[in-house]
Amino acid sequence: MWQEESDLSLSIAQIVQKLKGSNLYAQLERQAWASLQRTDIKLESLKEDIKRFFKTSGWEKKLQNAVYSELSVFPLPINPAVPPEHLKEPLVYMRKAQGSWEKRILKSLNSMCTELSIPLARKRPIGEQKELLNKWNEMGTDEPDLSHFRPVYAPKDFLEVLINLRNPNYENGDSLGFRTHLGLIQVPLKVKDIPELKELFVELGLTTGQLGIDDSTQVPPELFENEHVRIGQKVLVEQDSAAAQQYVRQGSPTALRAELWALILNISSQPEDILYYEQLKTNVIQHDLLVDSLIYKDVKLTASNDDYYFVFEDYLYQVLLCFSRDTSVLSHFAYNSASPPRSYIRGKLGIEEYAVFYPPNGVIPFHGFSMYVAPLCFLYNEPSKLYQIFREMYVRFFFRLHSISSHPSGIVSLCLLFETLLQTYLPQLFYHLREIGAQPLRISFKWMVRAFSGYLATDQLLLLWDRILGYNSLEILAVLAAAVFAFRAVNLMEVTSLAAAEAVLADLSTLKVMPLLQIFLFATVT
Amino acid sequence: MNTLMDVLRRRPGWVEVKDEGEWDFYWCDVSWLRENFDHTYMDEHVRISHFRNHYELTRKNYMVKNLKRFRKQLEREAGKLEAAKCDFFPKTFEMPCEYHLFVEEFRKNPGITWIMKPVARSQGKGIFLFRKLKDIMDWRKDSRCSDDQKEEIPVENYVAQRYIENPYLIGGRKFDLRVYVLVMSYIPLRAWLYRDGFARFSNTRFTLSSIDDQYVHLTNVAVQKTSPDYHPKKGCKWMLQRFRQYLASKHGPEAVESLFSDMDNIFIKSLQSVQKVIISDKHCFELYGYDILIDQDLKPWLLEVNASPSLTASSQEDYELKTCLLEDTLHIVDMEASNSLRADSYCS
Repeated sequence: MWQEESDLSLSIAQIVQKLKGSNLYAQLERQAWASLQRTDIKLESLKEDIKRFFKTSGWEKKLQNAVYSELSVFPLPINPAVPPEHLKEPLVYMRKAQGSWEKRILKSLNSMCTELSIPLARKRPIGEQKELLNKWNEMGTDEPDLSHFRPVYAPKDFLEVLINLRNPNYENGDSLGFRTHLGLIQVPLKVKDIPELKELFVELGLTTGQLGIDDSTQVPPELFENEHVRIGQKVLVEQDSAAAQQYVRQGSPTALRAELWALILNISSQPEDILYYEQLKTNVIQHDLLVDSLIYKDVKLTASNDDYYFVFEDYLYQVLLCFSRDTSVLSHFAYNSASPPRSYIRGKLGIEEYAVFYPPNGVIPFHGFSMYVAPLCFLYNEPSKLYQIFREMYVRFFFRLHSISSHPSGIVSLCLLFETLLQTYLPQLFYHLREIGAQPLRISFKWMVRAFSGYLATDQLLLLWDRILGYNSLEILAVLAAAVFAFRAVNLMEVTSLAAAEAVLADLSTLKVMPLLQIFLFATVT
Repeated sequence: MNTLMDVLRRRPGWVEVKDEGEWDFYWCDVSWLRENFDHTYMDEHVRISHFRNHYELTRKNYMVKNLKRFRKQLEREAGKLEAAKCDFFPKTFEMPCEYHLFVEEFRKNPGITWIMKPVARSQGKGIFLFRKLKDIMDWRKDSRCSDDQKEEIPVENYVAQRYIENPYLIGGRKFDLRVYVLVMSYIPLRAWLYRDGFARFSNTRFTLSSIDDQYVHLTNVAVQKTSPDYHPKKGCKWMLQRFRQYLASKHGPEAVESLFSDMDNIFIKSLQSVQKVIISDKHCFELYGYDILIDQDLKPWLLEVNASPSLTASSQEDYELKTCLLEDTLHIVDMEASNSLRADSYCS
């Protein structure tokens, strides 16, 4: 009891601390001062009256949403005795592995830099600045020579690093021992099994209505869809983040999705936000970074070649180039096991005063990075709003997909969860694939790293991402990956090579995610 | 990727006939039709893929004439409101004969952009935009619109049409919709609308300042293919389903339904306008490709109707669309139903 209470007051103190510096605090203060003009605010009962005013005018809701947002991003309270590295990642061997992976990436970036004799950053001459400003809305028409640039790394390189992760404290006996992991991931992290997943994803059960299943043309809309849409509209009117998060667990109606996601991520386009985005744009115009070329190359290689996302090419540049310069992203490294790379001003190598983070936001893009943004273009076309949504999605979810950590939504846990699900519930398939040299993770890794973007049809992808937001967890990616294998198990049992297995799983664009998830979790006899 | 040949060849029981053999089914091109239709005898069951005078619908100047006439008739019979439903084509004038009428309209609306299109060409050839009268000096005429212009060098017939300056843009790009309508007969009017289709995107970003850049404004795939930015792998197309979903997430499902029912109205009214003019031969059927442009208010405009929509596929998805389209077309034509055949023979 005592511990709970002190935990609670610690949490409150920490949240207050965080929110004090925010825009919301300033706004609330302003509102409180302005409310003194009102006749229903009396000096004797000042505190109560102002509280009541906040309740009725919707400001309390905004505060509630802000608090909820903080809690969603990082669980509180944070014990003050915990050193900051532990907040990033509690396990030492994981931290070390992430550190060496980062060193490798940086080395690769630096060597590309030296090879091509291109500076990491340079100021653009005025003429070039003007040109870029004119072309801002159509950067996709530019065809710079990118043949010498290579992506810094691709998902398969990252997979090799994960495969070689070992916990030095874990002794699993000889290589063919009973407790050896059959899959590629060899670290002992706790992952959920199907009964636990059923509890977590209870709203995906067979008796609960879902968008993606119960809105199909054969089902009369009176049974579920109409009511669900009505509730969604109500949630939007109430402007309640927590309610919205609960709501989208059953899927979001297409017309309401943009607003619901913004509500869950607590994004409201204030003038300050638009100004901030414009400032980032100015930074892009004034300085050219090496990572810009990497971004260009990535967009040209992935999104531009996609049958559906090619249309949004220009938006992708507008978002990603600004993203690299956004130093507010650095704050997410407090809970990300990764650390931003540092670079030194020319000639001052090693001198701390001359160290800067490179790129300014600390995130080096890899092959396929632009696919995190592409589906969002379906929902938002105002650049600053699109930008904010992407940034929030990145610092809440996507970063976990390419950094080494023990977090349950981290990519390592997702891989292990995927492999464990397959081994436990489809042991014959798993064994067969392993025998023919087609370890399942080799095929599903790329799906999970990209959160299935570019592999599923867009409407299905958005239904999947509804659930990521709804459950505030990426575990559903691993479950879906296992469900896909279960679905195509019959064909997979007949293949005799990795290439053939890949061919069976090459095209996911016809899959319907919700029925697959439901069957795998709730309808398979275990 | 020739979709038509693939579909015909794999239809069970069908036999391909070459050159002068006897055929039951002919997917012909319009030039053959023009030369041979009138002196070809066809048995009752024989089917051919064009109507004799399809150009009443598919040549821009005739279509405009028929639509204007139909609109007047509708206004007389059912009032202004009903006639307003025909306002889905931008103001159009035949050149050179309606040159003076055009100039009147031109002067009433200074500064707007107009588009000149040749009546009989396709794939975007010969089209250009203009804002000044001097750009169309060649069509300045005093004579009537007749085929026997003896004195001057005959000028090709064009139409001048009001350019839609506020097209709906996706990703900053202009696009138009291609929708397929199959007409089995005009009297009575029996038409089928194919549920799939696609949006064709221009490769470059839309801006009114570059009216000379035909790559920006013309969305025909044929023109886009020659644009320096064109990457064949892209195909610049979105299937209609994807387009519907995109619109629904931006404007809500009701707006999308309303747009598509406005498009249905275009198909119906355009076919009705030529119903009495087209020679409804029971041997004929026709698969039309309708080109529709959507403006920023989500109003659909009819750009033109194609009698021979392209059946070559630009991508795997496109191939599947067109083969399914052709298969459904053949199901409806239903050659197999006629009992005077043992095996169908086709020519194409």
